[in-house]
Amino acid sequence: MNGIHDMGGTHGYGPVDPSDDDPFHADWERRVFALTLAASRHLRSNLDQGRFQLETLPPAEYLRGYFERWYARLLDRCVAAGLLDAAARAAIERGERPAPRARDHEPLPAAAFLHVAETGSPATRDSTRAPAFAPGDAVRARNLHPETHTRLPGYVRGRVGTVVARHGVHVFPDSNAQLLGEDPQHLYGVRFAATSLWGDGASDRDTVTVDLFEPYLEPAP
Amino acid sequence: MRDDHQHPPSEMALRVKALETLLTDRGVVDPEAVDAILDLYEHRVGPRNGATVVAKAWTDPAFRERLLADATEPLRELGFLGLQGEHMVALENNAEVHNVVVCTLCSCYPWSVLGLPPAWYKSHAYRSRVVMEPKVVLREFGVELPEEVEVRVWDSTAEVRYLVVPRRPAGTEGFDEAELANIVTRDAMVGTAVLPDVVPGSRSA
Repeated sequence: MNGIHDMGGTHGYGPVDPSDDDPFHADWERRVFALTLAASRHLRSNLDQGRFQLETLPPAEYLRGYFERWYARLLDRCVAAGLLDAAARAAIERGERPAPRARDHEPLPAAAFLHVAETGSPATRDSTRAPAFAPGDAVRARNLHPETHTRLPGYVRGRVGTVVARHGVHVFPDSNAQLLGEDPQHLYGVRFAATSLWGDGASDRDTVTVDLFEPYLEPAP
Repeated sequence: MRDDHQHPPSEMALRVKALETLLTDRGVVDPEAVDAILDLYEHRVGPRNGATVVAKAWTDPAFRERLLADATEPLRELGFLGLQGEHMVALENNAEVHNVVVCTLCSCYPWSVLGLPPAWYKSHAYRSRVVMEPKVVLREFGVELPEEVEVRVWDSTAEVRYLVVPRRPAGTEGFDEAELANIVTRDAMVGTAVLPDVVPGSRSA
């Protein structure tokens, strides 16, 4: 979707503050982070669906802050899972503790999460499909504007770059986020000259390399 | 100004406490798992992992070559693959090329070698600007690159994660791997810092 999250090359956010250095600003941010991971057994969502849930927050809510949006997503997931009705949600939004409830779930044990953290969750899939492109090929990022999740940033659409890496076959986020299956696709590193993205004002030496799935690309004549 | 930081913490703290109470009461989360997750990413998985890799690349030419060809297998052997660090690419900075990493679409970051991303990495300012004006952004980090240096920005749009191998500073010729790992910073492994030379007097030695 052409949403607020697609920030590359947009203006107005001011200078970077390198002193804003810690992963968390406050204890509640730590709790939101850990609760989101710890609740994954019952508030299940794949990685791509989870990113789309953040992108579809209203823009003002998205811009409120990083863990503010994780909190909003966690609350939405609780509603979707039937853990919260409208009244209980409103109570939480007012900061009021909900009425005590009996335990009716079995949580993910700490050891199970630690195992996932250690082994990871690889996105690569076995495939016999031949890649359409090879390193050195000139490719154009297609001018696509899906309303659904995509990992094709707006700033490369329509631009010509060069394939510099083949990363194998990976789960295709555009499909997986919609729960339409993993539809694994070849993934490429594609290098764009800064001048082709940003015009003559950019350095003619600098480049931006973006990881792009095969359906995002077409041969550039 | 911190652009991503506007709510009064007390209001959010109350909401999150209320939500945590509900999730805990109903058995949706195990409080021990919450503690274990925070302990893992605050104390056990962090930039020390990446620094170990960089120091090894600086001292072991065969390892460096393998790492730069495909970082995933060498990092697996060191036990440094994991969640948000399953498919790894290492990028070497040198006199001609400076690499810097971003995720313009969200906050993708190599957790298994660098831990959780600093707030500035997730900030709207960094995400929007480093692809368009990298040298200006690097200057905000105190990094002045010569005009002739080629800046390569890497936008982590898929599940490949990037680790920058910074230039080894002058004055570290006699250092062993552990001493070298101690001088490698997180920001240098993202590409927003250049490591300073060590003890200027030793450079001619």
